[in-house]
Amino acid sequence: MTSHTRGHPAGLGAVEETVRAEHGRVLAGLIRRFGDIDLAEDALSEALVVALEKWPVDGPPPNPGGWLTTTATRKALDRIRREKVRDTKYAEAAMIGDDTPAEPTGPVEDDRLRLIFTCCHPALAPENRVALTLRLLGGLTVAEIAHAFLVPETTMAQRITRAKQKIKHANIPFRVPLAEDLPGRVATVLSVLYLVFNEGYLASGSDADPIREDLCREAIRLTRQLREVAGPLGPQPEVDGLLALMLLTEARRPARVADGTLVTLTEQDRTLWDAALIDEGHRLVRGCLALNRPGPFQVQAAINAVHTDALDPSMTDWSQVVRLYDQLYALSPTPIVAMNRAIAVAELDGPEVALVTVDGLALTTYHAWHATRADLLRRMGRTDEARAAYDAAIGLAGNTAEQAWLTARRDTLPGPS
Amino acid sequence: MTQYMLSVHHAPDEDFSDIPEDEMQRIFKAVDDFNDEIRKAGHWVFAGGLKPIGDATVVDGRGDQPIVSDGPFAESKEYLGGFWIIEAADLDEALAIAARGSKACAGKVEVRPIDAA
Repeated sequence: MTSHTRGHPAGLGAVEETVRAEHGRVLAGLIRRFGDIDLAEDALSEALVVALEKWPVDGPPPNPGGWLTTTATRKALDRIRREKVRDTKYAEAAMIGDDTPAEPTGPVEDDRLRLIFTCCHPALAPENRVALTLRLLGGLTVAEIAHAFLVPETTMAQRITRAKQKIKHANIPFRVPLAEDLPGRVATVLSVLYLVFNEGYLASGSDADPIREDLCREAIRLTRQLREVAGPLGPQPEVDGLLALMLLTEARRPARVADGTLVTLTEQDRTLWDAALIDEGHRLVRGCLALNRPGPFQVQAAINAVHTDALDPSMTDWSQVVRLYDQLYALSPTPIVAMNRAIAVAELDGPEVALVTVDGLALTTYHAWHATRADLLRRMGRTDEARAAYDAAIGLAGNTAEQAWLTARRDTLPGPS
Repeated sequence: MTQYMLSVHHAPDEDFSDIPEDEMQRIFKAVDDFNDEIRKAGHWVFAGGLKPIGDATVVDGRGDQPIVSDGPFAESKEYLGGFWIIEAADLDEALAIAARGSKACAGKVEVRPIDAA
């Protein structure tokens, strides 16, 4: 039995916080040392059981991460002896007395960074990358990950098991990719972290909380971790851009939902925004701009910086927003980007101009496309068409707060319903 | 070290007679060069191009008596056109070699670890 089926015992409080903060670092070190994810997970899980008995009584040790590593290493060596595994890999690992890696691998020696690249390897299915990253680096339980992505726990357990099996069988390396592969591989990691954040920010499913704060926090924490450990690889403006994008989005969270209903950017109480996160986000965006190596995350962060710069919606620099969307469209020419650009154009040139663009986009199965049309039609006084568009948007929206907002909007339309 | 099979799959409707002779020669040369390269680098274990798919025979030995039938596998639309068996330090190295092989033979390559006996 592996640790992921066990989960953490309930009621850990502060101890759990400490453990979660150290989880990725300790586990990554164990995986590097023993070359076996399951063995490392089991050993850490056993060490956690000891920690949960001792720490609440004696208080946590001065260096909890070091304590966990030492205890888990001993547990792993015990297990190897106990099971008398003849596998030479285990035997070799047991005989290695020190913690230095067997071979120099890549430009940076950080076990967590290696582990992120292993978890987000392109040879793994995208949904498995997300699950494995949250499990191994984030230290989330299988039950928590399953809940976050609204799949049964057994399904999530299978995904994680399958991913770990492929890592083992196909010998997916536990190291920082070579310099020539690095940009592409960093991009894969970023897309996994962005996916985790988005699922948290606009959670799907009728039973789900509209915002899963834990997933947002986890995505931000892992992105900070990636930024910290990837620092020595040289400037990574897209990493900074993604972190800024997340921070500037997260900063608005306190104002984003009221009484279960989504509150749009223009209607939000801006005094509720988190000034510290906005400051940090703006600093990161300025740093990116100085490097002048634009990428999609940086440009999206810059758009959010323009919005969060305005103390009042009327002060928003919409021409700057449109210019940034032009740049984003050049980098990533998708219909969704074109639609968001049109929304900004509506503020400058009026809803008629925007509607021509929006109507030409092949997004009829996307709820936000219908919601955008509904809003533009409403502003143009085309009430019946607006009502039909709101109905279509409500039918397609997966998020409860968004549905509530669209319904309220539709019901403010004048005339018969 | 792990051994990997790099296999080249073709769609059933791919018609090689459309390919001009000089293009064919260019591909043969590129594959020869790639083979030399992985031999020199110590990755080579074995490789072979396969005869046309119509020459395939399927043996099903799962029952009491082996059943031999005219191949290929009926349930598979794509078929194996050729393969290499290579030895590489890890999947990243195998993928890098496979990518060069794919370029050389002008076809997609599937990489699968070989179950160590």
